[in-house]
Amino acid sequence: MGIRKFRVWRGDAAGGELKHYEVEVNEGEVVLDIVHRLQATQEPDLACRWNCKAGKCGSCSVEINGKPRLSCMTRMSTFEEDETVTVTPIRTFPIIRDLVTDVAFNYTKARETPAFAPPEGVAPGDYRMQQIDVERSQEFRKCIECFLCQNVCHVIRDHEENKPAFSGPRFFIRAAELDMHPLDAREDRKAYAQEDMGLGYCNITKCCTEVCPEHIKITDNAIIPMKERVVDRKYDPLVWLGRKIFRRDQLEGAVDSSVGRVHAEEPHEGVHWGRPKPAPQAAALGEDGHMDLTELTFNRPAAASPFGDDQEFPLPPEGLNYHHKDR
Amino acid sequence: MTTTAMRPSKARPRAAIAAKTLRTDKWRTPPLTIGAILLLFIVYSTVRLFMGRYYVVGDYGYLTPLYSPCLFKDCVPAASHFGQPLPAMPFFIPLGAIVFPVVAGFRLTCYYYRKAYYRSLWLSPQACAVQEPHKKYTGETRFPLILQNSHRFFFYLAAVVLAINVWDALHTFRGADGHFGMGLGTLIIWINVLALAGYTASCHACRHAFGGKLKHFSKHPLRYRMWVLISKLNPKHGFYAMVSLWTVMATDFYIMAVSAGWFSDLRFFN
Repeated sequence: MGIRKFRVWRGDAAGGELKHYEVEVNEGEVVLDIVHRLQATQEPDLACRWNCKAGKCGSCSVEINGKPRLSCMTRMSTFEEDETVTVTPIRTFPIIRDLVTDVAFNYTKARETPAFAPPEGVAPGDYRMQQIDVERSQEFRKCIECFLCQNVCHVIRDHEENKPAFSGPRFFIRAAELDMHPLDAREDRKAYAQEDMGLGYCNITKCCTEVCPEHIKITDNAIIPMKERVVDRKYDPLVWLGRKIFRRDQLEGAVDSSVGRVHAEEPHEGVHWGRPKPAPQAAALGEDGHMDLTELTFNRPAAASPFGDDQEFPLPPEGLNYHHKDR
Repeated sequence: MTTTAMRPSKARPRAAIAAKTLRTDKWRTPPLTIGAILLLFIVYSTVRLFMGRYYVVGDYGYLTPLYSPCLFKDCVPAASHFGQPLPAMPFFIPLGAIVFPVVAGFRLTCYYYRKAYYRSLWLSPQACAVQEPHKKYTGETRFPLILQNSHRFFFYLAAVVLAINVWDALHTFRGADGHFGMGLGTLIIWINVLALAGYTASCHACRHAFGGKLKHFSKHPLRYRMWVLISKLNPKHGFYAMVSLWTVMATDFYIMAVSAGWFSDLRFFN
């Protein structure tokens, strides 16, 4: 297919710019191939995140000609031959370097979302569900967490100040999945979605559905049903009256907000390593201030271990404390 | 200088890209087109609503959906299929004052139209991945947009209006001599009723009311089947929304033209 023109955003938190390149493109290639060729031939320190190259890991989210896309699933044949292809990092999250952003916001929101609560008196292994009861939720399990929906949502893309109050489309499908789950015992999912996740911020402009590489109908099948469920609970006087008259609010569905709500500030009980966790180590930088990541010239086999270089694997079993709180 | 080993801290900067969007496709076309159609409908229906004439063709039983039901004393008798229980109103209350708030509210709070006018008329955002011009955004969390949650009540009322439209459409199988007859107007009115039925039945609130609110489909097989049926219609909600907008305008225009004598109805029978 010949030589094609590219613009790639290069930079970090201190600033950056779109740099122009001319790169060879072959038949059948995708944008990620071109980024890799750029790394191999012209820019060895160009940072990009990728993993499976099959549209299933959700790592290589970037914006291509301004549209949020997976770079491994965007074929070069979809562009005109004389078209300059612009590749930029996803905009909604803090930049780390070049095409890599810090998507920690999403993991914080994931931790805040209450997990599946099994029904009382049913032991793990005894859960039984009918297919027609779970198939609605199964659509949402296709999510690969590429966070393109989170990136494109204008509520946080254009308004950084909304981030604390708004969880984003990816977590609305999680909320809907659990609220529709036939065995989930929590009754406060609707209240949680409205009050803590910021469901009301969504104005149904459907960009999340447009960009979803798994074609999940995020708006129609998750957000709107959740909005309707919130209306059931909060804004429907008929439902409200029914609940008051039949005292259903005191029988089933009574919200106990003190149970199980996890917030980011709660201490996270993870694996106990048997010793203090080492602080993250700064990477060795070259004279140009960039990491020397080319394997041929790097003085170590790989980047520093996050567990400390003196740690051997497998870890000594007596130092580990994997346990289930019920056992 | 940032490195991959930096600890995350609060409010770190995003990539410094000044352009509001880097999209190269024609992203302005859809919001402009939809916005123009919405404005056309708003202007057309306002003019027609306050015109107060040419809304019924008595000979053939044609009644425009913008004026049905016509319950005021000053309605043309042929237009009042449900009698005239209400007194005549001053000029600023149009004859369609019963139905218009219902259908306008139904469309204004509709999940499809919300997308359409938030994008086209309010630019919030005008297209995906295009920076919106507003400095502040609170979505539908506070007044007045929190009233969007009333969509289901407009749906219930719109279902009643749809039944009235069907009743009106049944009156159109009539010739000038009072016996069975059919004309182009009958066809146009029935196409409009079908489009309105598609729009109402594919509504998200309808889908929720019939089955979407359930946690256990297996315990409600009938409602589950209804939900499956509505779920098949629901992805076409936007299509029915736009088609029914045009059919309402076309139906009203045809009846106005025949009623005003601009051209006569093309009769198939009688």
